[in-house]
Amino acid sequence: MLGKTAGGLFWMFRYLERAENTARMIDAGLRISLTRSSAAESEWTSILSSTGLSRAYADVHGAPDGPKVIDFLLRDPNNPGSIMAGIEAARMNARVVRTALTREVWEAVNECYMVLKRLLAQQVEDRDLPRVLQVIRQRSAFVRGALHGTMVRNDIYNFARIGTFFERADNTARILDQKYYILLPSVRLVGSPSDNVQWDTILRATSTTRAYQTLHDGDVDPKAIAEFLILDGRLPRSLAFCYGKIGDNLGYLEQEYATRHTCHSLSDALCSKFKAHDMNAIFDYGLHEFITDFLRDSAALGRQIEIDYRFIE
Amino acid sequence: MSERPTYFDEMFGHGTAARAPYADYSKWFADEDTARLLSKSEEAEALFRLIGVTFNVYGDPDATERLIPFDLVPRIIAAREWAKVAKGIEQRVRALNAFLHDIYHRQEIVRAGRLPAEMIARNDAFLPEMIGVSPPGDIYTHIVGTDLVRTGDDEFFVLEDNARTPSGVSYMLENRETMLHMFPELFSKIKVQSVGQYPRSLRKSLSACAPDACNGRPTIAVLTPGIHNSAYYEHAFLADQMSAELVEGHDLRVVDGRVAMRTTRGYKPIDVLYRRVDDEYLDPLNFNPDSVLGVPGIMDVYRAGGITIANAPGTGIADDKAIYSYMPDIVEFYTGEKAILQNVPTHRCSEPQDLKYVLDNLADLVVKEVHGSGGYGMLVGPAASKKEIEDFRAKLEAAPGNYIAQPTLALSTVPILTDAGLAPRHVDLRPFVLVSPDRIDITPGGLTRVALTEGSLVVNSSQGGGTKDTWVLEE
Repeated sequence: MLGKTAGGLFWMFRYLERAENTARMIDAGLRISLTRSSAAESEWTSILSSTGLSRAYADVHGAPDGPKVIDFLLRDPNNPGSIMAGIEAARMNARVVRTALTREVWEAVNECYMVLKRLLAQQVEDRDLPRVLQVIRQRSAFVRGALHGTMVRNDIYNFARIGTFFERADNTARILDQKYYILLPSVRLVGSPSDNVQWDTILRATSTTRAYQTLHDGDVDPKAIAEFLILDGRLPRSLAFCYGKIGDNLGYLEQEYATRHTCHSLSDALCSKFKAHDMNAIFDYGLHEFITDFLRDSAALGRQIEIDYRFIE
Repeated sequence: MSERPTYFDEMFGHGTAARAPYADYSKWFADEDTARLLSKSEEAEALFRLIGVTFNVYGDPDATERLIPFDLVPRIIAAREWAKVAKGIEQRVRALNAFLHDIYHRQEIVRAGRLPAEMIARNDAFLPEMIGVSPPGDIYTHIVGTDLVRTGDDEFFVLEDNARTPSGVSYMLENRETMLHMFPELFSKIKVQSVGQYPRSLRKSLSACAPDACNGRPTIAVLTPGIHNSAYYEHAFLADQMSAELVEGHDLRVVDGRVAMRTTRGYKPIDVLYRRVDDEYLDPLNFNPDSVLGVPGIMDVYRAGGITIANAPGTGIADDKAIYSYMPDIVEFYTGEKAILQNVPTHRCSEPQDLKYVLDNLADLVVKEVHGSGGYGMLVGPAASKKEIEDFRAKLEAAPGNYIAQPTLALSTVPILTDAGLAPRHVDLRPFVLVSPDRIDITPGGLTRVALTEGSLVVNSSQGGGTKDTWVLEE
């Protein structure tokens, strides 16, 4: 398999995952602005930060304003990080790696692109927004379903999965990075109502509200939320889950190629952090420091995978 | 008003009753509801869009990916008609390969006085780097697309021999898939020769031309200029269907005297490269130094027998429009037989009497640029305005050697489906030929291109042409 193809698969699935996650964040922001209008502006600010697009937004629009932020994140041609741009990039990569994909996967991603191109041709009206966000989540689920149902479990599949989990963990970590201060144990003593809103946003932005409630009997507790998103191996969006999967997929590549690379050691080191620590240890070390370390180490892992599997010369 | 010429219609001849090859189809069609067929037509378009059977139009920023319109009335050819065409193509392709070998070796045809030396010496398509090079298996044109037009029951002409990198075969295959998907009942009633074996045959044919350096099962790769190329879909399609890698220049480099591709496990040598990149861009060290589409040093590996390039560099000399007019001689010279398929009578504007005739009859002729392709830089006299003719006259007088001229042939028509029912449109045909040391393999049928505008003779997809499925019936 070509190194370029491996890189194309990795990025195709990163872009798809990112678009889907951005849709979740818009959903969370929208919810806040509908129910707690006073908190809305700061929530949009933090959502823009989580997506890494604060500066790009400020350059074009200035202060965060709900409808503008939503349009910016969805489809603004000025925003190379918009959902539409992400879907276009995913499809572009899919065209490059087309020989590695089944017809079903290609058609799912192509149709996702065609449908969104139409839905996002103009600014989406408020009343259509929930439906559009739903279509985005649904269309990316179709691609995932086609991947699961039709692709042979070989190196091609593994590179696609690594891209997915890499991006997902990155997204969860960025959301935590924005909100770490409201998850600190001291906050519990403060217990102000605004914190509840923020906890709610975290869960919504990761689409984990329902799962959290089921597993914690509805008891909203900042430490439990942090533990859930970082260490709970049952939650498919937690850092521990994503890195467990990345470890597995890299392991399959190691087996298939009978070659162990530097990236395997880096990944093992990252995974062991989630196994060795409990939440108290992370709080003792410092939640913010833990997440900052994680973002740094995962970026290094990404670069190493690129080198070890020759995505580029 | 000049009298409208009558064209041979492949479905109805010159009359109103269906010709024999169309008898069964015609019966089926009579019972069909036009509205249902039109909705099928939309279904086909949606399918093409979803699969992504698109092409890019250069210089058209608004429509980077366009569909080639597909017409769902098949073009049908009887087995007996096809047998003769296939025999003619085989003869011609054999001659082309012999010609290419000769031209890059002893040039016997020039010595024998059958081809003027300047046709080679002053031709940009002649590649001096190929002199004395014998490709593996002595095959130059592994893949050929011979463009044919028909003017009557038994009259086929060769319009062009595409011996460089003929495109369109993916449309031949997707058109058939689409027809099978939409009209399964037709194929159970009418026995049509299959085309689906093409990718397997292509793989086999290319493998048979592997270089000496190859050990074991040949590694094949398709070289594409990239996703912005107009035929990218086809490149990806063929690589996929052959289970070959689809590579770009930046995936390749010369390693230990072989051309190798960068894989996730390191560099892996390629035995046969089916390149869809023009000669000029193939090797920045040997040709255009600015090219980023090729592989630096590939020509040196090629000359040393380290890789097969399909088609061989320098094959353009064989399908050059200036050489075309000599094809009947070329066929006779190398096969010892008269050409089975006719050439379109061609005036060489480089020759004074021919030029005078062409200038006097511009309104009736088709004038083509010798090195042009895709229907650009071409004058279709009968369809052109006075001004277009006069503008062209100036270009022609300025550089007559750049042009050839041909009479406008009374191209056959095949009906297409319109809102008002069947309507005749002009067509051509590009059969696809695979050449290996032990056999010449011609897929029955090929790509039928159809001019969708009434009366138009220009079938090129870049100029609004469409395609049809082409059926060669079983005996």
